[in-house]
Amino acid sequence: MCMTCGCASGQTTIEPHVRAPVHTHEGLHYGIGAAGASAPGMSPARLVQIERDILAKNDSHAQRNRRWLAQRGVFALNLVSSPGSGKTSLLVTTIGRLAARSSAPVPVAVIEGDQQTSVDADRIRATGAPALQINTGRGCHLDAQMVEAALEHLAPVQDSVLMIENVGNLVCPAGFDLGEAHKVVVLSVTEGEDKPLKYPDMFHAADLMLLNKVDLLPHLHFDVAACVANARKVNPRIEVLLVSATSGEGLDAWLDWVARGADAARQRRLSTLAQASEQLQSA
Amino acid sequence: MHEMSLAESVREIVEDTARANGGGQVSRVRLEIGVLAQVEIAAMRFAFEVVQRGSLAHAAALDIVEVDGAAWCMQCSQPVPITRRGDPCPHCRSHQLQVTAGDRMRVLDIEMT
Repeated sequence: MCMTCGCASGQTTIEPHVRAPVHTHEGLHYGIGAAGASAPGMSPARLVQIERDILAKNDSHAQRNRRWLAQRGVFALNLVSSPGSGKTSLLVTTIGRLAARSSAPVPVAVIEGDQQTSVDADRIRATGAPALQINTGRGCHLDAQMVEAALEHLAPVQDSVLMIENVGNLVCPAGFDLGEAHKVVVLSVTEGEDKPLKYPDMFHAADLMLLNKVDLLPHLHFDVAACVANARKVNPRIEVLLVSATSGEGLDAWLDWVARGADAARQRRLSTLAQASEQLQSA
Repeated sequence: MHEMSLAESVREIVEDTARANGGGQVSRVRLEIGVLAQVEIAAMRFAFEVVQRGSLAHAAALDIVEVDGAAWCMQCSQPVPITRRGDPCPHCRSHQLQVTAGDRMRVLDIEMT
């Protein structure tokens, strides 16, 4: 649970998270179970230097995930947004269009993160793509250890695309590396063009902003240029694509972006493989 | 930002270190938190109070050293102070800034008794 963004689920007592997920046939569930405790002892006073990054453990799991994905040529994206930006609809449409685009489409697998329910994973599975639901319980973001466990269960195939739909939250997921190639922030035009300034950390962490629901622009007072300028104030390098999962507008550019990333991941896997076999031959 | 899970990571680092050093009580924990590190100090203090219960650091005081934010301005070619992401360069108003300090959060040291 999060003390800042208010995403607690009505618990009156707060316990530390239990790291071992409960696995059901539907997915992984966190935040179920009791907390541990340890026994104190006594010794003379002294200072112990640590100088360790607080997120070091998450980051080491993220690095493990990144290696795992690279070895298999999997192009992984971490989709972040506020609730209701249209991430799941966009994913459903993306999966359908990628499959229809070529005779040998890139396979897509999905990890869905939500506090409760498997509604989103069910929607993805209806497209035929494999999906695993992670229920974070009281947690307001996915972390690298959850994704590591999910990879083991979901086992995305070689040279595929992995979409990780994070918990709908523009705050907490920004700080947690999952091992993805890119964070992609989805912002819908119904949310207001000032969101990048209000939630700068998320837009700073993302490499691509998908401005979604642009089919609604004629009905709204939303300044696209101001929104893009705001995003570039916090992240001068951010790429921006305007899309609508409903009308299909702009989707080709997004699908091209995904296909390029998937191809690069496959190329890197092949060249690593070629280098390894060269080394083996010269040894 | 998620202070509760950060506080849990702090407790884990602190307890691992305490155990590796004889398993005594921890009387003080010192953190370094940059102003750009997405951490709300008050929320961090509250979260630490909650997670330290029942741990080797259950009675530990929490000291937080705050680190100012700094960035390199591509336009001015000089280091400039910033207080949050999205702020312009205080000299030229450009947003072409590369953060150089204040975005880290670390456990510095612990005091054991």
